[in-house]
Amino acid sequence: MKVVLADYGAGNLRSVTSAFARAGAEASITTDGDAVRGAPLAVIAGVGHVESAARGLAANGLDQAIRDRVAAGKPVLGICVGMQLLFGDSEEGGTGLELLDGAVRRVRARRVPHMGWNDLSVTRPSALVEGLDGQDVYFAHSFSVEPSDERVVVAAADHDGRVVAAVEYGAVAGVQFHPERSAAAGARLLENALSWSRSA
Amino acid sequence: MVKKRVIPCLDVKEGRVVKGVNFVDLREMGEPIELATRYSELGADELVFLDITATLEGRGPILELIERAAAELTIPFTVGGGVTGLDHARSLLRAGADKVAVNRAAFDDPSILTALADEFGAQAVVCAIDAKAGEVVTHAGKNPRGRDAVDWAIEAVDRGAGELLVTSIDADGTRAGYDLPLTRAFAEAVEVPVIASGGAGEAAHLGAAFEVGAEAAIVASIVHERPERLPELKAELREVGWNVRI
Repeated sequence: MKVVLADYGAGNLRSVTSAFARAGAEASITTDGDAVRGAPLAVIAGVGHVESAARGLAANGLDQAIRDRVAAGKPVLGICVGMQLLFGDSEEGGTGLELLDGAVRRVRARRVPHMGWNDLSVTRPSALVEGLDGQDVYFAHSFSVEPSDERVVVAAADHDGRVVAAVEYGAVAGVQFHPERSAAAGARLLENALSWSRSA
Repeated sequence: MVKKRVIPCLDVKEGRVVKGVNFVDLREMGEPIELATRYSELGADELVFLDITATLEGRGPILELIERAAAELTIPFTVGGGVTGLDHARSLLRAGADKVAVNRAAFDDPSILTALADEFGAQAVVCAIDAKAGEVVTHAGKNPRGRDAVDWAIEAVDRGAGELLVTSIDADGTRAGYDLPLTRAFAEAVEVPVIASGGAGEAAHLGAAFEVGAEAAIVASIVHERPERLPELKAELREVGWNVRI
């Protein structure tokens, strides 16, 4: 199936496209709004800040393309900063797409960034995180989402307190960790995401 | 809870791994991606590619290596070694490195750390600090810089570094254990993760580094001479109660 990564100018997305290719998808990177609107699955991935990412998306009208998709019930997956972009105001500055209610706050822990392998705890059964309870995945972030509605949370990790690791609600899903850098568990997540997007 | 990390470091010259890595089952010795993949299969939590090519920046081989590693590896990797400045560091990250380790260039111009963190996020910016008797040294330990290493570490984090790679020149290559007082001083002074480097000889050395606050430890010759040592090290650490990924 075709997967389109929204290119907002935040560095290199090769690792993510390659990981999707390994999971059996045909992944490409685009700045074209219509391509983002039309793809079976659209992905927002990359590094940096919510503010610059939101600005980068808006520069090519990709923010609207993603909103249009969600309004039409077509699946969107956010990875790392891409997951933070699904929410609203960020303590780091800027505002996301507000597809889900909640804020982005600095991780409160002895060690920030939350960096390294941490085990997932599935909090609500979902196609996205099927088979991943107790699995280690790789995190690298200083900010994290705090959803207003607990029902969107499907997996969490513990880092001196709860870190929301994955969300899923309707056509919108996100993971805070890096599936493309999480070995076998990451590959499973991407395969799950493809299955989820077919049924979302 | 986040796990303690064990990170093999590969020295790369002109795109090839140098220094004897004894993978008996690999015909193409020195092929970095194959070696890296093997370490990944053996349970490496991350990898570091240290470019020791003694030429100027704009170096093709390392960029090609990064592009391939970004596409083929399924664990994170850091690239460092001789990063000359902002443009050089940026080119490594744009090629697909998950993190870049900046050493002397950051000491000479700390604003590099801020610029990189603004563009790629602090999690992509590793400040590498070499210390000898607690003092910052550069140029493979030959040049003392007259500044307390921990003092520099605090500034580096303030400027945007998301992780510190701390190498004790005194301990490096000894296999007698990491420099624990130095590692402890860094880990207590900053909130970002500290990676201990230099001196690993046995599992207890890694455990001792974790005990004083390191989040991760670099291993080099100890695993290069027998890569299967890597999963053994992690199993030994797990056995004595360390939270490592198996």
